[in-house]
Amino acid sequence: MAGAFWCIVEDDRKGSPKKVMAEVIGEATRLGGTAEAVWLTDKATDEGLAQLGAWGATRVLLLENAAFAPYQSDVWVSAAADLAAKESPKAILAPVTSRQREFVARLAARLGVGLAADSVGLAMDGDRLVATRPVYAGKLLSRVTWAKGPWVATLRPNVFRPAESQPGKTATVDRPAVTAGSGAAKFVERREEASTGLPELTEAEIVISGGRGMKGPENYVILEEMGGVIGAAVGASRAAVDAGWRPHRFQIGQTGRTISPKLYLGFGVSGAIQHLAGMRTSKVIVAINKDPEAPIFKIADYGIVGDLFEVVPALTQEFKRLLEK
Amino acid sequence: MKIVVCIKQVPDTATQMKVAAGGKAIETAGITWIVSPYDEYAVEEALRIKEKRGQGEVVAVSLGPARVKEALRSCLAMGCDRAIHLNDPAWAEVDTLTTARALAAVIKQEGAQLVLAGRQAIDDDMGAVAAQLAEVLGWPCLSWIMQEVVDADGKTVRAGRQVEGGLELFDLPLPAVLSAQKGMNEPRYPTLKGIMGAKKKEIRDVKASDLGLGADQVQLTLVGLEALPPRPPGRVIQGDVPTAVKELVRALREDAKAI
Repeated sequence: MAGAFWCIVEDDRKGSPKKVMAEVIGEATRLGGTAEAVWLTDKATDEGLAQLGAWGATRVLLLENAAFAPYQSDVWVSAAADLAAKESPKAILAPVTSRQREFVARLAARLGVGLAADSVGLAMDGDRLVATRPVYAGKLLSRVTWAKGPWVATLRPNVFRPAESQPGKTATVDRPAVTAGSGAAKFVERREEASTGLPELTEAEIVISGGRGMKGPENYVILEEMGGVIGAAVGASRAAVDAGWRPHRFQIGQTGRTISPKLYLGFGVSGAIQHLAGMRTSKVIVAINKDPEAPIFKIADYGIVGDLFEVVPALTQEFKRLLEK
Repeated sequence: MKIVVCIKQVPDTATQMKVAAGGKAIETAGITWIVSPYDEYAVEEALRIKEKRGQGEVVAVSLGPARVKEALRSCLAMGCDRAIHLNDPAWAEVDTLTTARALAAVIKQEGAQLVLAGRQAIDDDMGAVAAQLAEVLGWPCLSWIMQEVVDADGKTVRAGRQVEGGLELFDLPLPAVLSAQKGMNEPRYPTLKGIMGAKKKEIRDVKASDLGLGADQVQLTLVGLEALPPRPPGRVIQGDVPTAVKELVRALREDAKAI
């Protein structure tokens, strides 16, 4: 529908939209738009389609074709731009993930419009959209707007209020015909990372982070144990990654992952600016550090000055007690 | 093989940032400027490709005001052969798309076979220029790459991009654009010889008119910049470990409702 707010679907590669789509659809609806889910995939399940409707999408534009997996920017962009020309959406919103960041950037260039990446706020100002986004390591906030539409933006996960799932709501499902060409690149293979059994860092509602105070790679097991109890992802500071204690994919900060969980627990993390850049939009911040002068205490909601090797086991026990109740 | 590396000069992470009067720009006095860290991975990778092949040329390109020459000079000191500075008041106000168009025009003029850039610049963190550059050029691109191997005849590059939960490998026909993720290499420090040699290397100034570009309207405009609102003061929980831990969990459950 002309004037709709497109929500580009991020899925689990198994036919279901990721939970973060509740936030994107919720925000599109809240902005006064008609939320339409645009889903490029090789396989969508009925449950997945129903879920998008339950979150408030009025319509699903399903582009289902083997050519859309694995994702390749040129293939997706041609299909989406083709559809955008027919549908004239008012806005194109997507969650921040590694592929969506690239995809919407390339799409915005194809459409000749502006892009606001990694937004943490969106608001209508009269008949224009204004996006708020952190800049300069999160030290400043920048508000930006578009010279013309469609307004293209990516939304930082865990920041926008998710739509509640209402099983009674359904979306009409359309399967528009679009170009699904082959990409210039040739897919070779996908190498899976060893699973930690814990949630993915950028998606987790609770994140535990270990810094230089962890003293060595062997000690992260106590954080993983706590992660298992409270369902948290376990990350690390740059100091710990640069020391070779954790692979880079676990790094939180400016040259790592940006996270915005409901609860962040930092153990032996000093709180260097480049770490804060990756986690300062967390809702509740807890810091445990031996050094009462550690900068992380300046932004922490709760702090304990003490030895993490005493605090972690005690805290894990206390969480266990609480959650068993 | 000619490789172009796109770099951006940004304030050092540790620099304090202030909004200038008018609320639309940063206060630049006292800022230490550096090459954006992700771009250093791109420079390093380009140099390694050239060294491995035993031939070729690495050209560093950057858009910005006069001070950007310093950043280009650091790339020359690392080992880039020459540099191009997109230096024109016409580019005083740019967004990712106008930047991508300017870079694309110079890359076309150079006839580069491979373009490398950092995955994002750490000032505005938009992370869009590499992909948009590929779009303007009509080339394939791969973002957040952790590894790459250019084949012997310089026709394709096999690159692996970091995605949630794994690494995806693709063969891209050249020319192509790749954006570097941290962890793909360890950027070298310039040697004294490199620093001395850099002074003699060419930094060519290029204006919009040299590229046949006219006035390009920015598509994303700044409404305002503001300092981050301060977080409400936190609370350091006192007492011995068992007491403090009990109180922390109580507060997280009952006051913050975070667990």
